[in-house]
Amino acid sequence: MTSTQTTMAAATPTEKTRRRSSREGQPQKAGWFARIVVLILCFLWIVPVVGLFLTSFRPRDDANSTGWWTLFWTPSAWSRLSFDNYVTAWNDAELGIAFVNTLAIALPATFIPILVAAFAAYAFTFMEFPGRNFLFLAVVSLLVVPNYIAFVPILRIYSDLELAGTFPAVWLAHIGFGMSLAIYILRNYMATLPKSLIESAKIDGASHFQTFFRLVLPMSVPALAAFAIFQFLWVWNDLLVALIFVGPGDNAPITVALRNNLMGQAGAGQHLVTAGGFISMILPIVVFLFMQRFFVRGLTAGAVKG
Amino acid sequence: MVLKILNTLITVGVGVIAAVVLYWLLNKIAELLPGPWEDRIKPYLYILPAYAALVFYLVYPAVQTVVFSFANAQSTAWVGWDNYTQLLQSESFQDTLFNTLLWMIVVPVVVVALGLAMAVLADRLNPRWESTSKTIIFLPMAISAVGAGVVWGLVYNYRPEGREQIGLQNAIITALGFDPVAWLQVTEFHINSFFLMIMLMWAQVGFSMVLLSAAVKGVPEDTLEAARIDGANERDIFFRVVVPQIWGTVLTVYVTTLIGVMKIFDIVYVMTNGGFNTNVVGNEFFNQLFSNFNNGAAAAIVVMLMLATVPIMIYQVRNFRREESMA
Repeated sequence: MTSTQTTMAAATPTEKTRRRSSREGQPQKAGWFARIVVLILCFLWIVPVVGLFLTSFRPRDDANSTGWWTLFWTPSAWSRLSFDNYVTAWNDAELGIAFVNTLAIALPATFIPILVAAFAAYAFTFMEFPGRNFLFLAVVSLLVVPNYIAFVPILRIYSDLELAGTFPAVWLAHIGFGMSLAIYILRNYMATLPKSLIESAKIDGASHFQTFFRLVLPMSVPALAAFAIFQFLWVWNDLLVALIFVGPGDNAPITVALRNNLMGQAGAGQHLVTAGGFISMILPIVVFLFMQRFFVRGLTAGAVKG
Repeated sequence: MVLKILNTLITVGVGVIAAVVLYWLLNKIAELLPGPWEDRIKPYLYILPAYAALVFYLVYPAVQTVVFSFANAQSTAWVGWDNYTQLLQSESFQDTLFNTLLWMIVVPVVVVALGLAMAVLADRLNPRWESTSKTIIFLPMAISAVGAGVVWGLVYNYRPEGREQIGLQNAIITALGFDPVAWLQVTEFHINSFFLMIMLMWAQVGFSMVLLSAAVKGVPEDTLEAARIDGANERDIFFRVVVPQIWGTVLTVYVTTLIGVMKIFDIVYVMTNGGFNTNVVGNEFFNQLFSNFNNGAAAAIVVMLMLATVPIMIYQVRNFRREESMA
């Protein structure tokens, strides 16, 4: 969504969390107040999603004539629920193609920058060189720069090279926009690795290249995963970069297709829009639920992405 | 379709292998250098590709955008400050700036407050309920703005009086005997903008909660214990003991959310496209670029946005340096 993520302060919350777990069942146990407020918030947060989910299975006439909540007291409508809307959205509204396009955009844009950023992070963490601090502070300040600044000039370059509308155009853009965050997350994580281990590898005659691939990269897997999930969700859910560098058409990703083929069409109806919406959300939600732990670590170790 | 999937997998594979080969080559080049030069040059070669991406996609365009902002719509002739003066003098852009300011004032504060409330209250539930409730609040982070537009479209949906309402909010107020309201068209007091803000809050509170929860759990137990022995009540403990200790994280969440809000585009674009006086800077940029084909105005808007982020950038860098020196 908005690319606002992350932080600089709460650096290592996982250890702190463990330290405090002994507090369970001690003073200030959950009062009714806490329970009710949490319950109400959760209810408010989830109800709109439930509405989308239920509507997506209802036939056109039902979805357009009554609210989804009426399902709870009209069991006769249950038999009319079906996957028809999903089939229509996937095929006729071309969300199936868009789904594949999004994968085609998101996977390379997620995996290619990792190694590039990891090498830079390694240099910033384990190598001494003049200008190191300045160059890293430049990365930190670039975290805040809004990616809007890139669009006008890059679009002109892409048009000259006839790259606009192609997959490489978005891959490269996302790699560029995600780079500062990737370096930042990885460097912060590598800084917590034991320096003595790297020193001893050096004494054993390992080159930087070997140390990087055999030692530092495998040890940094949690941070690599955190960034990968982060970047994947960001690219998958992105609308702005996709609209500007790909636009509608054969290569349109799912956000663009959902907006243009369904939401923007007055005749599409809520039954199709919701089915399309669910198709667009299912993969990031699954990734999110299964990788939540890594994702949280990424959030708490990361920074502010531009 | 199969071809595209195959293509994707090949791209990932080739991309990663190409990156490995690139670094192997860079490393070899460094090793060919005589004696001390190898160690002197190697770090720069390691950061070179990453920096090339940053320079090409952020630094160079930033400079070029400033240049374009002083040129006309097609970037063919200089126009001086015209883009800026025309924008700032137009009433619609002033409204756009005001709306963006409203977003900046309202959203980060609410996101921090709700996130903190959720973090503190969920902390008191038993572990299973804590993690379930947190997942529910956190979940919208995985949903795109377009997806959120579909979700909230069902909440804000409006139909003229007399027809059965299929939008949740109108169903509730008509059941209570009021007339249905076209929520996203209510311009009085920018109420429609607030309904769009709710969507962003819905998406962002989870992020705020996760960070603040980690901070709250990090507050040392003995400081709470000491306050309790001194007879402080729970409210005093929260505001005088807990909040001061997590203040750094509160600021971080606030600043992070603020930056996101300044750049808000997709929610507004999807829901109203800036209509009914809900326009914001991000959406105006997009429309100048793709509806008006005005490179100059679009660039000028970005320059203003960039200037607005400079104080935050300075704050972030100073913050980082302080933490590094403490570590």
